Amino acid sequence: MRLQIAAWGFIAPALLVIGVFFFLPVLAGVALSLTDFDIYALADLHNLRFVGLDNYLHLLRTPLFWQALGNTLYFVAVGVPLSIGLSLGAALLLHAKVARFKPFFRTALFAPVVTTLVAVAVVWRYLFQTRYGMVNYALGQIGINPLDWLGDPHLAMPTIILLAVWKNFGYNMMIFLANLQAVPEEVYEAARIDGATTFQQLLYVTLPMLKPTLILVGILTTAGYFQLFAEPYVMTQGGPLRSTVSVLYFMYEEGFKWWNLGTASTAAVLLFGLMLAVTWVLMRASKRGVDA
Amino acid sequence: MLPMVRLRETLRVFLGAFVLLLGACSSATSEQQTIRFWAMGREGEVVAQLLPEFERNNPGVHVQVQQIPWTAAHEKLLTAFAAGALPDLCQLGNTWVPELAALDALTDLEAHVAASRVVDPKDYFPGIWDTNVVEGRLRGIPWYVDTRVLFYRTDLLRKAGFGKPPSSWEEWERALAAVKKVAGPYAILLPLNEFEPLLALGLQQQEPMLSEDGRRAKFSSPGFRRALDFYARMFRNGWAPAMSDAAISNVWTEFGRGYFSFYMSGPWNIEEFKRRLPPEHQRDWMTAPLPGPNGPGASTAGGSSLVIFRSSQHAQAAWRLIEYLSEPAVQVRFHALSANLPPRRTPWRDEQLAGDIYAKAFREQLERVRPAPKIPEWERIVTEMQLTAEQVVVGGADIEEATRALDRRVDAILEKRRWMLDRKKSP
Repeated sequence: MRLQIAAWGFIAPALLVIGVFFFLPVLAGVALSLTDFDIYALADLHNLRFVGLDNYLHLLRTPLFWQALGNTLYFVAVGVPLSIGLSLGAALLLHAKVARFKPFFRTALFAPVVTTLVAVAVVWRYLFQTRYGMVNYALGQIGINPLDWLGDPHLAMPTIILLAVWKNFGYNMMIFLANLQAVPEEVYEAARIDGATTFQQLLYVTLPMLKPTLILVGILTTAGYFQLFAEPYVMTQGGPLRSTVSVLYFMYEEGFKWWNLGTASTAAVLLFGLMLAVTWVLMRASKRGVDA
Repeated sequence: MLPMVRLRETLRVFLGAFVLLLGACSSATSEQQTIRFWAMGREGEVVAQLLPEFERNNPGVHVQVQQIPWTAAHEKLLTAFAAGALPDLCQLGNTWVPELAALDALTDLEAHVAASRVVDPKDYFPGIWDTNVVEGRLRGIPWYVDTRVLFYRTDLLRKAGFGKPPSSWEEWERALAAVKKVAGPYAILLPLNEFEPLLALGLQQQEPMLSEDGRRAKFSSPGFRRALDFYARMFRNGWAPAMSDAAISNVWTEFGRGYFSFYMSGPWNIEEFKRRLPPEHQRDWMTAPLPGPNGPGASTAGGSSLVIFRSSQHAQAAWRLIEYLSEPAVQVRFHALSANLPPRRTPWRDEQLAGDIYAKAFREQLERVRPAPKIPEWERIVTEMQLTAEQVVVGGADIEEATRALDRRVDAILEKRRWMLDRKKSP
């Protein structure tokens, strides 16, 4: 009993901090999502209306919200596999015995992660500039007409995905690399003795050994990619034709540009629910895989 | 012996200075007041150079300027309001005046103006003055103005057979078509991410974009539809590129190359054109007032105002600073420092401005500027308006359907406003 009290005593400071700085704001956010808090309510609290679930119903009928959701899902569905695939590929290449200049490549591939996004965005905007950008110049050399990368509603999101993947894959690559180095050499030796080809070794030895890491990286990356904001903010401001508005960007505009904190909180709660559901599904899927 | 004397003397001097300092401090606490002044962007840098004279003329008043970047200003103002930390005096983009008036954060300036010998409403351009009158009450004093006019290539226009700039829509269309034939590939730049060009065309119409008290949207009225149709036609006919200004890497270089010959832009670009246009084209450009549907048309009434917050303890001193900054002579100096255009007519008679051939079009346009609807929701509404324009230009949406959809979206934005107005009527 006394041990229990002591235990509570030890975690109390941490609980208090989490309570005040996490749970309380979250609860306040949920409460806010049930009101129409806006600039008028800021002026005079009498202008605040309790609207129940109206914000949710209204949001679900707002085309821009669905568009933002669609854009975000597009970004996650394409960006996450691409990013993880690229990280894994780069890690495998760096881990390969024939690879040369490993420290150099490791640093070079990790460099985008530690550079500032704003600086990167400036460079990328030049690279993807329609008339003078290097990308279109390179495409022109092989006879492809210039593309309006950031101005065409169909191309802007792919460009944002390219930027995000390039910017972030180095981080996961490092995790994979560390894990690859922890796979004991004996397992490969045994596989070789059993006559496994290099590809079979990758499929039946490397990937299963990496599985826990893959799951972890998958969940973290998905959660991170759902919170797409900075890339469209610095590259396109949500345009052209709102094709790069993400849920978080939508929320930012509602909350801090138009000061509709009620609607913004509603979007936040919905995004939270969605991410919770997706993470739960991922966890379940991976658990079933482990059991089998 | 000698060092000892010196030491004593030094001590005495120090003591004396100390006593004097004490005296100065105690008198300062009773009379010295500090005005906190928030200024945005470039103006924040420049205004500091005008203040020493004010402080000399007003002993005991110290002005503390805080420079705030435009991009963060709106957020900062609202959070400062919520936290009760607003300054005494502030530079405010005049489209933000209605919003802060709705928060009841602004001092009514009517009485100050009535008693003032410096601020004379009749000297101000009426459209600009009007942007500060919200629901019949004067909330700010215009500091400098911003409106949109045409920048154009005189040489290319002449080559296309036009000796002078167009003054009506019809002439404008003919000039655009002709200039596209001799230069190009385009004739005009209307960046798709800027709402001002379309807003200016909309303000030229008889019908307002919102109903009288700002309760309902009226974008589907024939007036705005005509404006949008004209705007969209410039893209459809291949006169304007459907691009944002980010896609045009360098507006000045392209203008110099004749990529387009007309550009609708604001006063800051006078300096930019002088500085950035290649030297061989420096004699080939001019500004002109905006053409309207039939003859010279209206344009937007932008710019910044000076406001005093109701929470201020130093309203009198803050008003004296507003008066000082509104003096014609000070406005001329402010123009020299910042290239901002004065909102009243007297400083325009100064040779520095009267002799500026590029500023002339602005001077003429300023007599014909019209404020946008003065409600807090306007900034959001105008964003929706531009989005509709983008849908029509890039997405090929039907103008009638698109404006109806815009009306519905704007009506939804105005729902809260209607509720509040109704409640005010029946308490």
